[in-house]
Amino acid sequence: MIEFRAVTKRFEDGTIAVDELDLTVEAGTITVFVGPSGCGKTTSLRMVNRMIDPTSGTILVDGKDVLSVDPPTLRRGIGYVIQQAGLFPHRTVLDNVATVPLLSGWDRRRARTRAAELLETVGLPAEFGKRYPAQLSGGQQQRVGVARALAADPPVLLMDEPFSAVDPIVREGLQDELLRLQAEIGKTIVFVTHDIDEALKLGDKVAVMRTGGHLAQYAKPAELLSAPANDFVANFVGKDRGYRTLTFLSADVPVHEIDAVKVGDTVTSNSWKLVVDDTRRPLGWLSPVDGSVEVTADRLIAGGSLYDGGTLRSALDAALSSPSALGVTVDAEGAVVGVVHADDVLKALAAARAAGEVPS
Amino acid sequence: MTWIFENWDKFLEASGVHLRLAVIPVLLGLVVAIPLGWLANRSRSASAVLMPLSNVLYTVPSLAMIVIMPVLLGSKILDEINIIVALTIYTVALLIRNIADGLHSVPGHVVAAANAMGFRPLRRFLTVELPLAVPVTIAGLRVAMVSNISMVSIGALIGLGGYGQLFIQGFQSNEDIIWAGLIGTLVLAFIGDVLLQLAGRVLTPWVRAGR
Repeated sequence: MIEFRAVTKRFEDGTIAVDELDLTVEAGTITVFVGPSGCGKTTSLRMVNRMIDPTSGTILVDGKDVLSVDPPTLRRGIGYVIQQAGLFPHRTVLDNVATVPLLSGWDRRRARTRAAELLETVGLPAEFGKRYPAQLSGGQQQRVGVARALAADPPVLLMDEPFSAVDPIVREGLQDELLRLQAEIGKTIVFVTHDIDEALKLGDKVAVMRTGGHLAQYAKPAELLSAPANDFVANFVGKDRGYRTLTFLSADVPVHEIDAVKVGDTVTSNSWKLVVDDTRRPLGWLSPVDGSVEVTADRLIAGGSLYDGGTLRSALDAALSSPSALGVTVDAEGAVVGVVHADDVLKALAAARAAGEVPS
Repeated sequence: MTWIFENWDKFLEASGVHLRLAVIPVLLGLVVAIPLGWLANRSRSASAVLMPLSNVLYTVPSLAMIVIMPVLLGSKILDEINIIVALTIYTVALLIRNIADGLHSVPGHVVAAANAMGFRPLRRFLTVELPLAVPVTIAGLRVAMVSNISMVSIGALIGLGGYGQLFIQGFQSNEDIIWAGLIGTLVLAFIGDVLLQLAGRVLTPWVRAGR
């Protein structure tokens, strides 16, 4: 657990980076500090491991005042992942990961064995251990950065915009990986980003900060979307926040049966038909026809996104993106189960609201 | 060209002295330049003093530098210490800038990461910053080594050994001896340069680890 108690940081030029911050990061959760540049999010993070010392106030890590511990000792007990990974270019990947254990006095063999385990934990093949950082892609370097931060098994992990320098597709993979990893390791993680989508995706709780070092709101992601504390938060979380609220709701949406046809069938119908392959995987749609027509590949209209039975957002998107306005739902093997209607999603949302599941 | 083969002993002895007088200042200069380079990189005001000073020192003519040494050091005129200190000064003057530049080239995020991992300053300097400054430092060492090997000859003018003695003898008697000294100088410079280049490669395997 990390507690900020009336923490203020005033720099020498008089700018106030953090203003009377009171906030508690619960043990075993991911807390995201998010906000525009100059909001003090990074300064707040760096005060936890004393890269920066506060002007006034107290920061406690597991009940202990960080100012009472000398910085190098404190930092060896707190994992740190930096933007651009900050790997040591002259050391192999394995030795990079072994850095903190070696600093803490482990013998080399034990430190390297531990480092090899961690490469596996973050999903990198063992032979990467012999390479130098320059031989890895940005995303792989960032994984090594995470492994290095975890090497001494610290209870607290600080992540300073770790994924902002990699391209969007890689970033999404790293975010998923972090959530998977966190489910395994259950660290107390403070994560800094300027990207609200990243914050809402990763955070158990999100602290929205505004310029001048003020905490605008500290809440669960769903609450930020449905009940922003003020206009700043409402603007910051974005225009489509109503739609994004659906990300945090999963509810039963009725699944309707759908006529499935195969290529080569002859069809007489004035409604949309879903075309599937031999294993009932969706291939596309056939628009309503007059009279009878044979289903051929060139008549297929591409389908929309698939509903995986998860969140309301996925259900609504499936319906909205489908040419027939029917959202296709599939099972784990990808075979068609049925379709959902946008109307039903909205009804499910209303029901969730009535049941008090939508924070307000 | 027969002189070398007929006087192989003398030639080897001159080579040994020449090598010693050139290499010791390179090593001493490196040891002195590392903390000074660190200081120049760390403090703007130190750099404002050290950089012009090293430039000025480097422009002092080598003959003047060597003959003034007995006065400054209180040493005997024939003492090897004179040329060793003089060449060490040149080496330091040359290397301060290289080492400061090398340290400056270490990316800020790497230093920040080292701090965040819990390195103490001395260990960070010795195991992170200095190794990363090796490529730029080696470049300076190569220049210092070659220029020292060239300058040692000046020592002959105040009676010190090395190839310089061969030049003086050759000038007075036999042109062949001059050639021997010249070839020796070139061969030593070449070998010294190659060895340093090799040392640089061995110390920086990560530089060649391409993608």
